Amino acid sequence: MMKTLYLLVPLAPLVGAVLAGLFGKTLGRAWAHRLTILSVLISFICALIIFVDVLNGNSFNGSVYTWARSGGTSFEIGFLIDRLSALMMIVVTFVSLMVHVYTIGYMAQDPGYQRFFAYISLFTFSMLMLVMANNFLQLFFGWEAVGLVSYLLIGFWYTRPTAIYANLKAFLVNRVGDFGFLLGIGLILATFGTLDYAAVFSQASALQDLSLEIIPNHSWHLLTVICILLFIGAMGKSAQFPLHVWLPDSMEGPTPISALIHAATMVTAGIFMVARMSSLFELSETARSVVLVIGAITALAMGLVALTQFDLKRVVAYSTLSQLGYMTVALGASAYSAAMFHLMTHAFFKAVLFLAAGSVIIALHHEQDMRRMGGLKKFMPWTYWTLLIGAIASAGIPPLAGFYSKDAIIEAAQHSQTPGATFAYLCVLACVFVTAAYTFRLVFMAFHGEARFDPAHPPHESPAVVTAPLVLLAIPSIGAGWLIGYLVFGDFFLASLYREENTDYHGLLSYTLHGMTALPFWLALAGIATAWFLYLKKPQLPKKIAIAFGPLYALVERKYGFDELYTRVFALGAQRLGVGLWKGADERAIDGVMVNGSARLVLWFSAVVRLLQSGLLYWYAFMMIFGVCAIYALVKYRVFT
Amino acid sequence: MLLSLAIWVPILAGLLTLAAGGNESDQRNAPAVRLIALLGSIAGFLVTIPLYTGFNLLNPGMQFVEQHAWIPQFNVFYTLGVDGISMLFILLNSFITILVVIAGWRVIQQRVAQYLGAFLIMSGLLNGVFSALDGLLFYVFFEATLIPMFIIIGVWGGANRVYAAFKFFLYTLFGSLLMLIALLYLYNKSGGSFAIRDWWKLPLPLDAQLWLFFGFLFAFAVKVPMWPVHTWLPDAHVEAPTGGSVVLAAILLKLGAYGFIRFTLPILPDASRELAWLMITLSLIAVVYIGLVALVQTDMKKLIAYSSISHMGFVTLGFFIFNAYGIEGALVQMISHGFVSAALFLCVGVMYERMHSRNIADYGGVVNSMPKFAALMMLFAMANCGLPATSGFVGEFMVIMGAMKANFWLAFAAASTLVFGAAYTLWMYKRVIFGAPANDQVAALADLNAREFLVLGTLAIAVLWMGVYPLPFTEVMHASVNDLLRHLALPKY
Repeated sequence: MMKTLYLLVPLAPLVGAVLAGLFGKTLGRAWAHRLTILSVLISFICALIIFVDVLNGNSFNGSVYTWARSGGTSFEIGFLIDRLSALMMIVVTFVSLMVHVYTIGYMAQDPGYQRFFAYISLFTFSMLMLVMANNFLQLFFGWEAVGLVSYLLIGFWYTRPTAIYANLKAFLVNRVGDFGFLLGIGLILATFGTLDYAAVFSQASALQDLSLEIIPNHSWHLLTVICILLFIGAMGKSAQFPLHVWLPDSMEGPTPISALIHAATMVTAGIFMVARMSSLFELSETARSVVLVIGAITALAMGLVALTQFDLKRVVAYSTLSQLGYMTVALGASAYSAAMFHLMTHAFFKAVLFLAAGSVIIALHHEQDMRRMGGLKKFMPWTYWTLLIGAIASAGIPPLAGFYSKDAIIEAAQHSQTPGATFAYLCVLACVFVTAAYTFRLVFMAFHGEARFDPAHPPHESPAVVTAPLVLLAIPSIGAGWLIGYLVFGDFFLASLYREENTDYHGLLSYTLHGMTALPFWLALAGIATAWFLYLKKPQLPKKIAIAFGPLYALVERKYGFDELYTRVFALGAQRLGVGLWKGADERAIDGVMVNGSARLVLWFSAVVRLLQSGLLYWYAFMMIFGVCAIYALVKYRVFT
Repeated sequence: MLLSLAIWVPILAGLLTLAAGGNESDQRNAPAVRLIALLGSIAGFLVTIPLYTGFNLLNPGMQFVEQHAWIPQFNVFYTLGVDGISMLFILLNSFITILVVIAGWRVIQQRVAQYLGAFLIMSGLLNGVFSALDGLLFYVFFEATLIPMFIIIGVWGGANRVYAAFKFFLYTLFGSLLMLIALLYLYNKSGGSFAIRDWWKLPLPLDAQLWLFFGFLFAFAVKVPMWPVHTWLPDAHVEAPTGGSVVLAAILLKLGAYGFIRFTLPILPDASRELAWLMITLSLIAVVYIGLVALVQTDMKKLIAYSSISHMGFVTLGFFIFNAYGIEGALVQMISHGFVSAALFLCVGVMYERMHSRNIADYGGVVNSMPKFAALMMLFAMANCGLPATSGFVGEFMVIMGAMKANFWLAFAAASTLVFGAAYTLWMYKRVIFGAPANDQVAALADLNAREFLVLGTLAIAVLWMGVYPLPFTEVMHASVNDLLRHLALPKY
């Protein structure tokens, strides 16, 4: 019975995707969304039932079918259902369901309607396969499959040059991460002889002392190498510095997928993966230190960029990068449950922010520049209030969700013994101020102040299919944080991830009150006040600040120049190298010298032979004399003995 | 009997096709000729199916063996047999032949009978290569396949076809002459036997093994093709008609790799171990260097040709790391590449037939007028990048796993294909398929017709099936591959 439900969770969206994708034209628009929404609803209900079952203490780890066998290893497709995966299944199917409904309104005018539904259902299937995996092979399957759907969806409007540039970039940058990830999986297989999670985790501590000589005479701790390689995969998927460059550009895709894929679910796959591997990462302090530092850099550096952007979606995108940095810091600080908790609350409030942004964008006829918004509050009350909830949650103001999850991370960074923890603590602390500032900068610029849009076309509130998902997502954005006692400080996750004992927790109310006397809360308030002062009180000031900080501002605004650097070094460099190898080595050296050269050699040889048969008597006589001398010399010096 | 049928049914069908064609300038019989060829190719595929269904998974040795005297004076036999290594290639070849016949249905209007006849005869000869257990018989089949391919490129090819046909012919002929010398040496050493299975057991000193290794190496390396003897392939592909490219990529390239695993590894295990570093280096150069060259191609067929070389680098890499992941992964990669490269060349053919250009710059925005085609080509492009759940992933994954078992840096270099493969394939896809229609011609393109859809759809199913459930492909290999690995570990002198 439960096994059927496990199968139904990923397969229902797959069926929906196949139907909408292959028979979209026959089904028509209405049936395409009905079928896919129904399939995701089935998936969500099954996930709920499974969640309750898991709460009752049940779990499952088993194979569905054998994918292949080789060298004594059996590669399986199978599910691991425990507290961790059950929680992820709920998050994925719920956000996906909301986004499906929202899409009816958002994509109503689009000719690619059915195709869009097919893609997002396919994404739901892939993401579920990823989180439900019980082995590294299937993890990689889901990992790449979500990458594929992300590629297809970023390039959904395929006639736009920016969209098809962005999707290629996203795929290739992700592939760089996957390159490391696959090597990590390879090392795991070579070390443990299996790719099954349970088998790997149970052997890991026994193999703790193994080392690997990657460079001769330099032996490295094997598990550190494995963990860092796996984390490179996470850096690609979760857009961590310096592989973050693809995520802002991915905003070229339609807004529903920015919410679903590039905020709530897919980009958190890296966080989920490291949490899943917590028992490996716990064995390598070096790897955790790398994780911690990378996360801290991402959180602060990307948050600062968000302050300088004017494109509504890009601000939210940089905010996503920054929040992913928070989760990564939590992983590095061994606070895996806090990372997962923030992943969950972030999925809700970031989905709200994105979907509300999308609601604004359609109301303003695809205007995304905040400098041409302002004063939208009274035109779009539902959008405004839900977005405000998302913004407060994101800024970390109690009692909304973001406050709790972010506080848990900051505390973990503060108390962590991992090298680099002090740096990380300072980064995330500073980032609290930055987060509140950019979030409320968005709120004030778009919804308050004077209206800067075209007064001839005043915006209207979006239809119910758009606002209903906003409201449904705003609810957990408010309340999901109250589960902190259970999820982070309680024993919710059981053995599914590594937990440090923490006895500081004395109930929700005292935690909240304590948080309100601590530094982060005041930093957040200061951030909001700053945003209010700069964007409502003195709207001319930001421009002056930008000019005053000239080069520094430009550096941040241009995202620290990574796009240009990568284009110049990798994209152009590879092309130049390719041309060099093609024209220089292939055509000139191999074809020119070796192939045509040997043809020429034959010609030359025959020309020489022709010379010998010149028909001139003295030439023959000379050759004869030369030959006799040569033979005499050879015999005399006994060359033939 | 089955293997003889697999060889002679297509050859007879080919001869029948030729006979039915009549005068070559007179094309009145063309419809009948096409039908005969189609039925012949289907019959050719059907007779190979019992090879799979009747295959004994536990038997590592040769199955379906048949032996008849051929030239008794010289101890030459007509010996056929397949094991877990060769069996799937016969099925693949017979399967691809059907698709080639259908794909050429309308494109070829000149000398239809000769075109289809050449493919059917070649199909039979290729099955002969994969099943011959007699050295001389192998050589005859191996060389004979050159002739139909030479004719196909030289007659139905593009503008520069004669240069390409000669380059192809001379390159491969030169290689196989060295192999003939090696075969004759083995014949003498073994006391006058051409039986390949006797040669496996033949003790040989290391220096003799090394000489023989190079004799075989040149013949097989040209066919694979390995760097640096690969430059004939892009030229041959560019000039060959679509069907020719399909068979060239899907089957003919596999002959070289098959030669390594049938001759080089088991007959010369010590030399193989001794020179593994060389083979691995050349393979990795193919993966990385050719990947970069593929990136900057402006001609779609050349790009896919270079991509083929890069993918075949995985095959030779897998063979010479001497573990089960590597060898089975390489064999899987050979089959998958048969599907994927065939599909990609057919895709280019579909566009070429409409636009008469293979230049990437002449395209852009094909998806607007050909959405079905774009979707199928997306699948094949993804398979070419080795995306999981397509066949392209399986072999690459297994070879990378095998390489990691051998050495970290081997895996590192091999895995770079994750980035390069995606870069050259998807960049081409972006420039050709995505975007706004580049010109009026592109905007007016007609989407796939039923026949084209059938061919590409069949390959799409094969690619997905092998990606989602490769077990049926890998199961048949284990016994023979494990046997080979045991054999490889034992010194021969």
